[in-house]
Amino acid sequence: MNSLRRIQAVMVKEFRQLSRDRLTFAMVVMVPLIQLLLFGYAINTKVRDIPVALVDQAATGQSRELVARLEASQLVTFSERLAHPRDAETAIVTGRVRAALILPADLERRRQDGRPRGQWLVDGSDTLIASAILQLANLPEDPRQIRPQGNLEVTLLFNPERRAAVNIIPGLIGVILTMTMVLFTASAIVRERERGNLELLITTPVRPMELMVGKIIPYIFAGLVQLVIILGLGYFIFAVPLNGSPLQLLLATLLFIAASLVLGLVISTLAKSQLQAMQMTVFVLIPSILLSGFMFPFDGMPVAAQWLAEGLPATHYMRLARGILLRDADLQALAPDALWLGGFTLLGLGVAARRFRKRLD
Amino acid sequence: MSEPAIYTRGLSRRFGELVAVDQLDLAIPVGTIYGFLGPNGSGKSTCIRMLTGLLLPSAGEIAVLGLKIPGQAEALRRRVGYMTQKFSLYDDLSVRENLVFVGQIYGLGAKAVRDRIRELLGIYQLEALAGRYAGTLSGGQKQRLALAAATLHRPDLLFLDEPTSAVDPENRREFWEKLFDLCEGGTSILVSTHYMDEAERCHGLAILENGVKRADGSPEQLMTDMGVSVLEVAAPGLRELKTRLLALDGIRSAAQLGLRLRVLVAAQVADPVGYLRQYLPELLTGAEINRVRPNLEDVFVSCTGGRERP
Repeated sequence: MNSLRRIQAVMVKEFRQLSRDRLTFAMVVMVPLIQLLLFGYAINTKVRDIPVALVDQAATGQSRELVARLEASQLVTFSERLAHPRDAETAIVTGRVRAALILPADLERRRQDGRPRGQWLVDGSDTLIASAILQLANLPEDPRQIRPQGNLEVTLLFNPERRAAVNIIPGLIGVILTMTMVLFTASAIVRERERGNLELLITTPVRPMELMVGKIIPYIFAGLVQLVIILGLGYFIFAVPLNGSPLQLLLATLLFIAASLVLGLVISTLAKSQLQAMQMTVFVLIPSILLSGFMFPFDGMPVAAQWLAEGLPATHYMRLARGILLRDADLQALAPDALWLGGFTLLGLGVAARRFRKRLD
Repeated sequence: MSEPAIYTRGLSRRFGELVAVDQLDLAIPVGTIYGFLGPNGSGKSTCIRMLTGLLLPSAGEIAVLGLKIPGQAEALRRRVGYMTQKFSLYDDLSVRENLVFVGQIYGLGAKAVRDRIRELLGIYQLEALAGRYAGTLSGGQKQRLALAAATLHRPDLLFLDEPTSAVDPENRREFWEKLFDLCEGGTSILVSTHYMDEAERCHGLAILENGVKRADGSPEQLMTDMGVSVLEVAAPGLRELKTRLLALDGIRSAAQLGLRLRVLVAAQVADPVGYLRQYLPELLTGAEINRVRPNLEDVFVSCTGGRERP
């Protein structure tokens, strides 16, 4: 009986503290709320509206009818019309489109000969998208008759065997770096405050920006070590190809590491304890895993989720890493994402330094 | 006299409803050790934090070393040292690493840092501990390290917020020797404390209570001017005697010290011994009553009306 009373004492105390700790309370309520509402919509393994390019060299009623029929499937959206197959390949490498449909000039004769009428060039790095287009290519011309041959030919670029690891490893770099980098710096300033070091630090001539930059630099090296480990394992164990230039990858990863560290710093100036910093990191981490395109194709997500995802450094890095590692793109081709990460870093540094006051009130 | 090291006028700080520091006027001369004496919550730390620019005052002016605070707080930071109440160096860095860090933060060159650290390790008897993590040091060692760090850049003015609260009396005495050495070398020092013996060592003193300055001056002057006579009474039944004494108008306070009662009698009472015997004859027959020299605790008690004891 005494044991029950003691359990009750602990329980009541725990309830009291829980209801007073607003952030933990928010986690109790918000995590399932966000997960279910937002990710319920976002998590969608059925791909829709994949942006694709069209190279219609035939430009006949026939070809237009084919395009209209494909678009009616809602699986793809022809977002670009290009003149030449070479342009289509560039569009895929830069990540503007995930696939391109090439319809040759002799479309009609090929159909009569029973040869494939056209060709899909597909970015095979995302296996979900690749299978969706493979499925689309085998769509019978006339739903009433089943005649799979003589349809569209599919060429998978970059990942012909459609191995999931190829696509996952570059994404994993992003997720692992988000997890560790944000957490490292999120606790950086709070830790000094909790241990009482901050009161000394703010009486010295050190400037907020000096403190921020000094705190970030060591973790950049930590991030690079992680990069090497992930890539090494990916290459030697999962045979993930390293198509792109290592320098490009290094630059892109540095941008991402800096952006993640700065995000952590901003959290650090908001949080009042290391526990709070940890909890806030979780709020960043969950969408970084679920919305960044790491697990589910970005193109299939509803617009609201895409907007949210665009705010996360991980989303942009996911595109950069896959582009460089799998499609041999360079930063110039992927400039919007690279610039976004750079801008995020500078802005975040400014915010963190501004929020960090050399005062106690 | 030259410009004061610290000057404030009408300095106040409110935290919501609470007035932590109320209308404080200070003029602390250069080259002295000045003490804030008061119990916990009397506004000592708040005051020091405002003087160093860490807290914004709600009202009033501050000039420290001739610099307007908080406006010129950054310029002040190079010229003052600050030793916080809680040890605020890094537990997971060694003694030497902590000092190097502080030296570099203050912008000293590599050689200057090295030379200065060698000197400080000598002064504060830390040579043997140079490689030890700060977190593993004893209270007294931590405090010497903190003082070394606070004086590394040779500040003109040193703020010490309850520097000896975690230190035994032996170490406290040694610590004060170091402070007098620093003062001799031209450093002005402001120290807050709730220890009487520590306050007694200061050149000048302000007694704070609930954010208000109750008295200031040198310890000797405060003891002379305190406006009470101090008696020590040795008699049986001290607990009852104390209660009866406190009911009398002329008695400011009565506190038991072992077998004696220390009684503060208002200065208006011309013959304090006779006053006691007159009003409580039955309790004081055969009692031994002596007039004694006042100490700082008496000053403190009479200033604060005995409402609080540090």
